[in-house]
Amino acid sequence: MQVTMTVNGNEVTATIEPRLLLVHFIRDHLLLRGTHWGCDTSNCGTCVLWMDGEPVKSCTVLAAMANGREIRTVEDLERGGVLDPVQQGFIEEHGLQCGFCTPGMMMTARWLLDHNPDPSEEEIREAISGQICRCTGYKNIVSAIRWAAEHPSTTEVNA
Amino acid sequence: MDNALALLERHGSESRIIAGGHSLLPMMKLRLARPEVLIDINDLGDLSYVRRDGDELCLGAMARHRDLLNSHEAGTLFPILHDAERVIADPIVRNRGTVGGSICQADPSEDLSAVFAALRATAVIGSSKGTRKVAMDDFHIGPYSTAVGPAEMLLEVRIPVQHGSGSAYEKVERRAGDWAIAAAGAALRVEGGSVSYAGIGLAAVGAEHFRCARAEASLLGQRASEESFSEAARLVSESVNPVADQRGPEDYKRHLAGELTLRALRRAAARAEGQGG
Amino acid sequence: MTSTIEAPEANPIGFGRMKRKEDPRFVRGQGNYVDDLQLPGMLYGAVLRSTLPHARIVSIDTSAAEAHPKVKAVITGKTLETLNLAWIPSLSHDVLAVLATDKVRFQGQEVAFVVAEDRYSARDALELIEVEYEPLDPVIDAKQAILPGATVIRDDIAGKTDNHIFDWEAGDKAATDAVFAAAEVVVTQDMLYPRVHPAPMETCGAVADMNKVTGKLTIWCTTQAPHAHRTLYALVAGLPEHQIRVVSPDIGGGFGNKVGIYPGYVCSVVGSILTGKPVKWMEDRSENLMSTSFARDYHMHGEIAATREGKITGLRVRVLADHGAFNNTAQPTKFPAGFFHIFTGSYDLQAAHCAVTGVYTNKAPGGVAYACSFRVTEAVYLVERMVDCLAGELGMDPAELRMKNLLRKEQFPYTCKTGWVYDSGDYPRALELAMEIAGYDELRREQAEKRKRGELMGIGISFFTETVGAGPKKHMDILGLGMADGAEVRVHPTGKAVVRLSVQTQGQGHETTFAQIVAEQLGIPPLDIDVVHGDTDNTPFGLGTYGSRSTPVSGAAVAVAAQRVRDKARIVASAMLEVSPDDLEWEKGRFFVKGDPSASKTIQEIALGAHGTVELPEGVEGHLDADCVYDPPNLTFPFGAYICVVDVDRGTGVVKVRRFIAVDDCGPRINPMIVDGQIHGGLADGVGMALMEVIAFDKEGNCLGGSFMDYLLPTSLECPSWELGMTVTPSPHHPIGVKGIGESATVGSPPAVVNAVLDAIGVRHADMPLTPAQVWRAMQGTPLRTDLAIE
Repeated sequence: MQVTMTVNGNEVTATIEPRLLLVHFIRDHLLLRGTHWGCDTSNCGTCVLWMDGEPVKSCTVLAAMANGREIRTVEDLERGGVLDPVQQGFIEEHGLQCGFCTPGMMMTARWLLDHNPDPSEEEIREAISGQICRCTGYKNIVSAIRWAAEHPSTTEVNA
Repeated sequence: MDNALALLERHGSESRIIAGGHSLLPMMKLRLARPEVLIDINDLGDLSYVRRDGDELCLGAMARHRDLLNSHEAGTLFPILHDAERVIADPIVRNRGTVGGSICQADPSEDLSAVFAALRATAVIGSSKGTRKVAMDDFHIGPYSTAVGPAEMLLEVRIPVQHGSGSAYEKVERRAGDWAIAAAGAALRVEGGSVSYAGIGLAAVGAEHFRCARAEASLLGQRASEESFSEAARLVSESVNPVADQRGPEDYKRHLAGELTLRALRRAAARAEGQGG
Repeated sequence: MTSTIEAPEANPIGFGRMKRKEDPRFVRGQGNYVDDLQLPGMLYGAVLRSTLPHARIVSIDTSAAEAHPKVKAVITGKTLETLNLAWIPSLSHDVLAVLATDKVRFQGQEVAFVVAEDRYSARDALELIEVEYEPLDPVIDAKQAILPGATVIRDDIAGKTDNHIFDWEAGDKAATDAVFAAAEVVVTQDMLYPRVHPAPMETCGAVADMNKVTGKLTIWCTTQAPHAHRTLYALVAGLPEHQIRVVSPDIGGGFGNKVGIYPGYVCSVVGSILTGKPVKWMEDRSENLMSTSFARDYHMHGEIAATREGKITGLRVRVLADHGAFNNTAQPTKFPAGFFHIFTGSYDLQAAHCAVTGVYTNKAPGGVAYACSFRVTEAVYLVERMVDCLAGELGMDPAELRMKNLLRKEQFPYTCKTGWVYDSGDYPRALELAMEIAGYDELRREQAEKRKRGELMGIGISFFTETVGAGPKKHMDILGLGMADGAEVRVHPTGKAVVRLSVQTQGQGHETTFAQIVAEQLGIPPLDIDVVHGDTDNTPFGLGTYGSRSTPVSGAAVAVAAQRVRDKARIVASAMLEVSPDDLEWEKGRFFVKGDPSASKTIQEIALGAHGTVELPEGVEGHLDADCVYDPPNLTFPFGAYICVVDVDRGTGVVKVRRFIAVDDCGPRINPMIVDGQIHGGLADGVGMALMEVIAFDKEGNCLGGSFMDYLLPTSLECPSWELGMTVTPSPHHPIGVKGIGESATVGSPPAVVNAVLDAIGVRHADMPLTPAQVWRAMQGTPLRTDLAIE
């Protein structure tokens, strides 16, 4: 079947198997490999991206269901060579180690800050509670998101 | 909508409706479910409402968990809805998962089924031939099995609004986002000091129709007191049929059903009295 | 020695907090993990796994799968037998089935491998393979497995009539028995450290590419030990080692899960050889949880002896170690129970003895993974639980009891009763600091008040001594490969540098930390130093990253190599300044003439000189580089004091971890930010293991932890905001004094959480995980056996 969707601002059309998962479409067909895959049961959240402006677990969406919709992935966080404050925050506060959960965490963080620019620690913890990080024990992820909240328009470009 | 119903009519039991996909897709990935045809109803924005219609609160089948959580009206009329929604899966899943999908999956541990049972909600089921209303007791006909026929789909859930009532939901899970070890919801209406309506919904403990009719009956006409609540909780413990699994042994779940019923009743009563809680 | 936290500096030349060099790629989604690799013509592999835990294979019919239009190859044990690859040596002098030939021995065992054009077709084809099994009795309970007459799992081993693997002991049995015979107080406690899984977010996988023209095999693989893998492939498959290249790209977490060679890797290689195309294989989550290296599964019987005043005199422990169907733990050869004999912990006692028996069961093999891989985690849990049991028996505060028995500063270096030589430490200071941060006395007052109101609050302490940085070649090898690691430092003409490592990061930040080690020695900014690792064609040999050995072993190799570069730089500088090398003094980044600081050469100037025309003394070659193979003289012994505060809901058994205080001493901190991050992660591990993680099995041998719905990992909501403190006691034998930190918190935190929960509910012992059900059952006096299905 054929699907057409907007991915990071670009319209893409592809012929796919109806059973293809969105995460595999994004990774294997569009070669956007910042979105990861980590489990079979919608528990880990490494595959989180935005569909129609909202974070979703892309391992639990068929590519066919994204037909006509707008997708945003981690590759679209940096704009014009400037990192999103969330990206900068993860660097500043050591919010990542192996980096595998990071894109999903950042997509959720960006959405949270868009809707709640000054979230409390509790609100941040709640927002990322459907995503597992095995490395950081979450404290620095919380700090990273707080950093982004406190530096909403960072223009520092890191390395 | 007509298109979806026509597709259902055509493909019948070979087809499955997909909404949020958080129950069906994992089963398909594990190759436990193998539908020939998937009917994607995510574009049925018409069914995503949470609104009051006269004496009822109406939840469209496509209302996402998040929609319900964001609805001030729903939370005010039925605090139990927000209590439950806050502990269903996780925020990202709640962005996709739907009210209809949850109760149609009919998992015995599903929270909204218990909530709707406590609230005596009604399901509105549609097909190309029209619509029919089914009480919650008749909606669930067994584990993973509902009254929705192969050529039908759930359209909405209607909850009767009762003035002066209070409700609450209590759930214990092994970890945030896990299914309930046990959960209990309570809805109470107290008039002239005595209970005029009692709903007790239970998830994950093998309660028939997600309810405990014995405990509900024991409360009617009684004072809303620690004593009557304890008795109701005792009856719940006695009545449920939990099954041991890795979430816990049978005795613990039985205990928990009573303990959580007691807590839910206390909070429901406090809310009914307008004391918050 | 205690130091205060230094003020952050943006980019220190040497040690200090600095942002990680690897982060800019990760935050852009530009990490390069194995599954990100796409090669032209690449095929996809999938593994057919046994549904049964124990069964004889009657027949395997692959014809329908082979007929699938997108399938390129189907491999079974029979195929592998023709290549002599059906069985491979395990890491512990056993053998391991790649694809089952005779029997399947655990649920999830590899039976066949399909190579197809795409991921989904490969999975489709698995369903077309028909395997006829003759079911056999599963042996699931280690305690049953060891009994005479138990069904023999490993009948592939000639003459095997039981499930026994090994007996091993340490310490002085007679002396220990004597101490116990004379003891005023003896407390005995059985405890299980249940089977858990490292569960890195990235599952295991590989891309194998055999180039038929050049004969070169390249394997991109999720491995923590690329060099060890290459050598093992060479030894096992008979491929020439120089024709094998193992690349470990970015790794999405390892925690010990990615040390060994899994059947899927070998099958990918065979698939590539058979098809002439690159073959990618990635596990799904269930495969990862059900078949790859688990950890623990130690049934322990502990006894502690003491005086009535609370002086601990002896410790005695018997262990039944469940190793699963194949003995595939990655322990040094002489130590089948790893470093479990560090179980005397941090205490000064008269005698100790342990006896460990390994046993086969119909469960997945492994038994090593998940920090700390070398069984230190089990040892620390045992002793820290026993000390709490003793405190309960004596009616003493557990902090006071520990303080009374901790090793004193002046006792170091300390030879413990099982033979370890602890390098350095100031244990009482660490515990004091943890109690200070926690406000220990105030917490105990609050607890007493809450108890009066019927509320359950608990305070748990653990004190741990780690033993890491394996290890001295004279004592330690894995399959005959000594546990020494190489490093190379090369300074380019313009003063930039490259350092090549044998170890492989899985998130620990090696690209930053190792640059800082070189920077500290040479005064070259870390951003000017490239760290190359994870590619056997471009790095020196070494055994890889596990057991917290990267910094203690490889970090030492890098530091020594950099020191050698500096020694050479001195000679070059002396030639450039026309003075004797002895007349030069080093200050970070330059040599200057003693008494004339203005006469100096920076390291960058020296680098250019070394590559230029400066006339060097007779016998001194040009350029500025050095290497080192570091054979550690001893292990290092990080330590720490942890305090956990919990609230327990009496009616439901729900535990809330309110606070967690961790004081760690890992010697000098190269990058304090990274060290803190390592500790945070380990503390979350501890909360996970103590409260929710377990892989149990039912009577039929079904794995009950085979997905993330069943194997629960802690989320942001179960983890408190960690409170850290530190002391700094350098290791006297390490070139830069550092001790390693990767696994300290994973080792130290579980007993603190468990001790806190049991303190809250007033129960002497209940096994992990302390789920709400287990806590409630413990309060009823009927705790669950957590390794079996709950009935």
